[in-house]
Amino acid sequence: MITLGIDIGSTTSKAVLLEDGEKILAKKIVPLGTGTTGAQTVFENVLEMAGITPEQIDYALSTGYGRYSFELAKRQISEVSCHAKGIRFLVPTARTIVDIGGQDAKALSLAPNGALMNFVMNDKCAAGTGRFLDVMARVLDVKVEDMGDISELSTKEITINNTCTVFAESEVISRLSSNEKIADIIAGIHASVAKRVSGQALRVGVVDDVVMSGGVARNKGIVRAMEKEIGHKITVPEDCQLAGALGAALFAWDELLKEKNAG
Amino acid sequence: MSEQQVKKPKRPMSKSLIMVRQQLADLYTEAGEAKARGEKIGWAASIFPQEICETLGLVVLYPENHSAGIAARHQADPFLQRAEGELEYNNDICSYAKINLSYIDTRNLEANNMPLPDFMLIANNICNQVTKWYENIGKRYNVPVYMLDMSFNHENFVTDSRLKYIRAQMEDIIASLEKLTGKKFDQDRFREVMEISAENKDLWIKANELQANSPAPLNGFELFNYMSAMVCCRGKRSTTEILKQLISEIEEHIEKGDSTYPGEQKYRVFWEGIACWPHFSHNFKVMKKLGMNIVATAYVRAWALDYIPGDLDSLIKAYTFTPSNNTPIETLVERRSRDLIKFKCDGMIYHLNRSCKVMAMQQAEIQRRLTEITGVPYVSFDGDQSDFRNYSEAQFETRMEAFTEIMDQHKAVREGK
Ligand code: SF4
Repeated sequence: MITLGIDIGSTTSKAVLLEDGEKILAKKIVPLGTGTTGAQTVFENVLEMAGITPEQIDYALSTGYGRYSFELAKRQISEVSCHAKGIRFLVPTARTIVDIGGQDAKALSLAPNGALMNFVMNDKCAAGTGRFLDVMARVLDVKVEDMGDISELSTKEITINNTCTVFAESEVISRLSSNEKIADIIAGIHASVAKRVSGQALRVGVVDDVVMSGGVARNKGIVRAMEKEIGHKITVPEDCQLAGALGAALFAWDELLKEKNAG
Repeated sequence: MSEQQVKKPKRPMSKSLIMVRQQLADLYTEAGEAKARGEKIGWAASIFPQEICETLGLVVLYPENHSAGIAARHQADPFLQRAEGELEYNNDICSYAKINLSYIDTRNLEANNMPLPDFMLIANNICNQVTKWYENIGKRYNVPVYMLDMSFNHENFVTDSRLKYIRAQMEDIIASLEKLTGKKFDQDRFREVMEISAENKDLWIKANELQANSPAPLNGFELFNYMSAMVCCRGKRSTTEILKQLISEIEEHIEKGDSTYPGEQKYRVFWEGIACWPHFSHNFKVMKKLGMNIVATAYVRAWALDYIPGDLDSLIKAYTFTPSNNTPIETLVERRSRDLIKFKCDGMIYHLNRSCKVMAMQQAEIQRRLTEITGVPYVSFDGDQSDFRNYSEAQFETRMEAFTEIMDQHKAVREGK
């Protein structure tokens, strides 16, 4: 039986097709979020990759900011729960999850059996989220996905004090004009994000294993800075950006089983 | 036809709600009439000892409650704009203040207008910001400002020297008001007002405590609607009547085993903080969809001031301990942990309301300690008591949904599943 999990975020849409709650048939990320063609595109992409038709999907479940806009979904579950579920599938020993997405950063705490017990999300401020990094990358004229690699070349610690995106932007500009190295500035930006997000992790309580997810987790610089801040090793699963969609597909599988048991 | 398709008829307004709305409208009418007769009317901070004014027979209005009303009716925009624009107030100050500082110059709402004050009454037991707000009005409109400096409670008791300090200020204010208004302060009447207020306090607590029943007899948001009686009229007989009526309605629900909450109450939650007035209906809509009902709050009960009628010192002590903003954190945590059990709460919702700095500042620490002690899950969302711009519907929805999922997990653990 095939389930679909679709995660329609603020800046990207992700989908996973799952067979029997175990095997990933297809997965895809499209850099278009809610209110765009992103959801439809990613949906068509995974169908094509798996070589199936929409009718062959036994249960579709949606999550993410745009979760109510996907008509095929029989149910919606918040991205918080889906993330926890998806990550536990990828890393069965996960107890703490730090997820940094486009507009929000959250820390999740899981019980030993994987049940989601608590979460803390950032407040309305964009500091410590993907958006913050996007803005900084633009100012520095580097690609956001290259920031991790560049920061490895850093030789000196520079602190970026402002957490406010607008203020931090001018702080970065002033660092540039005083001829600081880009690698050092980026390392400073990473440290600043890590400081901010680690506060959330510490609030839910950090228990091993710690896993990072979301697009920002692909930035090695951030992961290193986070490890330093919280004093724990962090695992980043390969499909870290797909955790929400995967979790949705897994919940869809649970729903199917429930239907079967009931019927 | 599915259940959703059947449009349910709107529930008629309860008698007590009609009464409380009328009481507030009457207060504004009375203020307008008094002003027209040439009497002096006052504006007071929400937890100023109203007993003084009531004894003197003064008409007093409450700007905080008034601003909340403006926000709840979605009329705040022009006032906020003007406060931050023309009047040059900072965006960060309390939105009740922003609205009021702007409203005072126009005073032309469709209903419930406040006549200009002849004197201002402050008690800084709620915050220090209110001091500057009222001083600004005093200066701009050239009216006297009487202030009770309550000082901050670092302990669970009020020292004798503080008591003396506050009592002296009270005596001074009474004398000043007598002089300004030409009215006389009568000790027998003072005692009577204290008795009425104490009775109202008991009734208010009772109404709140009845929410401990299952199902909770009221949609918890409704209790916010009765706050005007406690904020603006807690020393009046009319409030006694309203609360008695409310309690009889609640008891009727309990007897019938029903509730004004539409639908199944799957989750019983504690609401921390002031209501998010501009988005009151969105809050409710989302929570209703998820089956969450508010069964307990700390804020709504803040006006239940506990003292012995006739005993001025006990009144002063009660007024220094405003339940949210002038009480040591140990007590705040202890009370909430008791309430979480008493009201059988599945979770706690924190309204992170940056307008009210004292309340917002305490929240993270209250959260931390309470979870440590009780293990009850919580969620927090960003909002504002009356600045509609500081809220995101999507954020509220997502967090509440995730929260119900977490409460489910906690329930499953409790039930050993
Ligand atoms: S800051 Fe808080 S206590 Fe002070 S007036 Fe505003 S809402 Fe009331």
